[in-house]
Amino acid sequence: MAIKRKPKLAVWKFASCDGCQLSLLDCEDELLGVADRINIAYFLEASRDTVKGPYDISLVEGSITTQHDAEHIQKIRKSSKLLVAIGACATAGGIQALRNFKDVKDFISVVYASPKYIDTLDKSTPISSHVHVDFELQGCPINKRQLLEVLSAFLHGRKPNTPPHSVCIECKRRGTVCVMVAQGIPCLGPVTHAGCNAICPSYCRGCYGCYGPKETSNTGSLSSRFTRLGMNDENIVRSFRNFYATSEPFRKESEVHNHL
Amino acid sequence: MKSKTIKVDYLARVEGEGSLYVKIKDNSVVDVKLKIFEPPRFFEAFLHGRTFSEAPDIAARICGICPIAYQMSAIHAMEDAFGVKVDGQLRALRRLIYCGEWIESHALHIYMLHAPDFLGYADVVQMAKDYPEIVKRGLQLKKTGNEIVALLGGREIHPINVRVGGFYKVPTRRELDPLAERLKWARDAALETTRWVATLPFPEFEYDYEFVALYHPDEYPFNEGRLVSNKGLNISVNKYDEYFIEEHMPHSNALHSVLKERGAYLVGPLARYNLNFERLSPLAQEAAHSAGLSSVCYNPFQSIIIRSVETLYACDEALRIINQYEKPETSSVPVEPHAATGYGCTEAPRGILFHRYRVDDKGIILDAKIVPPTAQNQKSIENDLWQFIPKHLNLSHEELTLKCEQVIRNYDPCISCATHFLKLKIDRE
Repeated sequence: MAIKRKPKLAVWKFASCDGCQLSLLDCEDELLGVADRINIAYFLEASRDTVKGPYDISLVEGSITTQHDAEHIQKIRKSSKLLVAIGACATAGGIQALRNFKDVKDFISVVYASPKYIDTLDKSTPISSHVHVDFELQGCPINKRQLLEVLSAFLHGRKPNTPPHSVCIECKRRGTVCVMVAQGIPCLGPVTHAGCNAICPSYCRGCYGCYGPKETSNTGSLSSRFTRLGMNDENIVRSFRNFYATSEPFRKESEVHNHL
Repeated sequence: MKSKTIKVDYLARVEGEGSLYVKIKDNSVVDVKLKIFEPPRFFEAFLHGRTFSEAPDIAARICGICPIAYQMSAIHAMEDAFGVKVDGQLRALRRLIYCGEWIESHALHIYMLHAPDFLGYADVVQMAKDYPEIVKRGLQLKKTGNEIVALLGGREIHPINVRVGGFYKVPTRRELDPLAERLKWARDAALETTRWVATLPFPEFEYDYEFVALYHPDEYPFNEGRLVSNKGLNISVNKYDEYFIEEHMPHSNALHSVLKERGAYLVGPLARYNLNFERLSPLAQEAAHSAGLSSVCYNPFQSIIIRSVETLYACDEALRIINQYEKPETSSVPVEPHAATGYGCTEAPRGILFHRYRVDDKGIILDAKIVPPTAQNQKSIENDLWQFIPKHLNLSHEELTLKCEQVIRNYDPCISCATHFLKLKIDRE
């Protein structure tokens, strides 16, 4: 779908930290250029002016955690030709989806004095649990270069080039020596989606999976390796239950090791 | 009887979701509610059961705009719990990464969120049509801050290189050199920024605030110091709970913090400046004076000048740190967890960010308390509106609405932060 006139972009926010939409404002060298090509029609973090829909592209940040938001996302879908979910919250429920492993009532009463006043759904869910999503850009936070690639791809009517392979490939590309093989540091790189350019290993740290699962990730094999490196089950559970805790491969692997 | 209502359903150019409701009856204000409806994310609950070393990375996800602040408060609280002292070059690098966050966050607010109010634009893209060079300068200044965070932290948003005890990896001298070149440009740009914002039209408005900020005898505060105010508060960070309480308000998903028996207080650039002017660098002090400020400022609209002065200070301080840098032998000091309670309070761009953690003998978190700056400023924001509106009832509805938004944006509120831990109560009338 090649768009001839200046396409209309909307940026929406649900339960999240604002970091993924900030990535657009962090494109300091490109922002004014983007605004030349695209009509930024609805982006509350940046502008008081709002243009009514329909929109050519909606970027959606955040997960759905309230009834109000569950209804709102339906309206956004109806007014958007293309809907792109950006970030861990929008594509997997985010860190706040850790509540999904507990009975939400118990969970809330740990923290809140008056649970009856809490207006929240039992689970934190990704946008795709509610409406059709045209594209998901993973990451906590997303990579701004990938965000520009997604916008550019849709403007030109092609598929975004965001390889679904593992972080390991990125380490090899940039010439980082494997931290798990060479130093015995547990690393989620082998099961984690590329996109960050393998930052953690280049800082002598194991990947902690903030880009979520790669395609066909072999989490079981990695867990065995973690065990041989001396990690106990509790720590294996913790390492899979972070920013992509409820993505299917990470959730299943954490359940294998969870004996509580 | 004449009654009118000002409603802003979705506040723009703030981080997170909030709305404003003001009711005016017979030319007097009868109700002001800054409503925060950002959904809660229960961070206190997630942190329960996690290990101490995970706290910085999990807490960072509270805010994409000031993740360094969350990481710094978390690590200082954990180090307080375990009696770990980080000093020398590692301590300096922590100040350096915080300089980066102040520069990017302040430049974002000055140029992209706040200045459009003063000049009558809906956003920075519209402003750029008439002020292209100024906007480009702002964007490059912001980028310089992000470059510091990205070099030391690995990336701008949710950096990965900060840990309890220090860093995973420390930079070499040579890696910092290109930053120094950029910072020399940024220091000039920050100086230009203070000159430029000083020319903006400021409404006459002053209020006798109680300012609360960190105070350190030798330096403008980032990570360490005592909590002081201009009205006599002077406590160590671990006494926070004895002096501050959170009040439940029915209209907001965030609590209002108040000083016990005293009420509202203000945190952020205005508070830091008023309590720490003498410890700004000479260049920053001079720029403040040239911009028409004395060493005290009670006009929240002028916070844009103070953010510019702080941006200049952060560039200056970053250069000082880089000039004195020698790569330390180790990237972190050893940390041995034991059962304890730790307190940390650091100066986020928007003001003090308090963390308290109780951990067991293995370093597993038993409970967590986090009080972000915007929760602390909520009551002052509402107070400002109560004071400001009656003096400007002659404005048209549209102008008054814009001015009310501006009163809120004076605080650079981060609503995403403010709700994420707080006990919430929704009035369902």
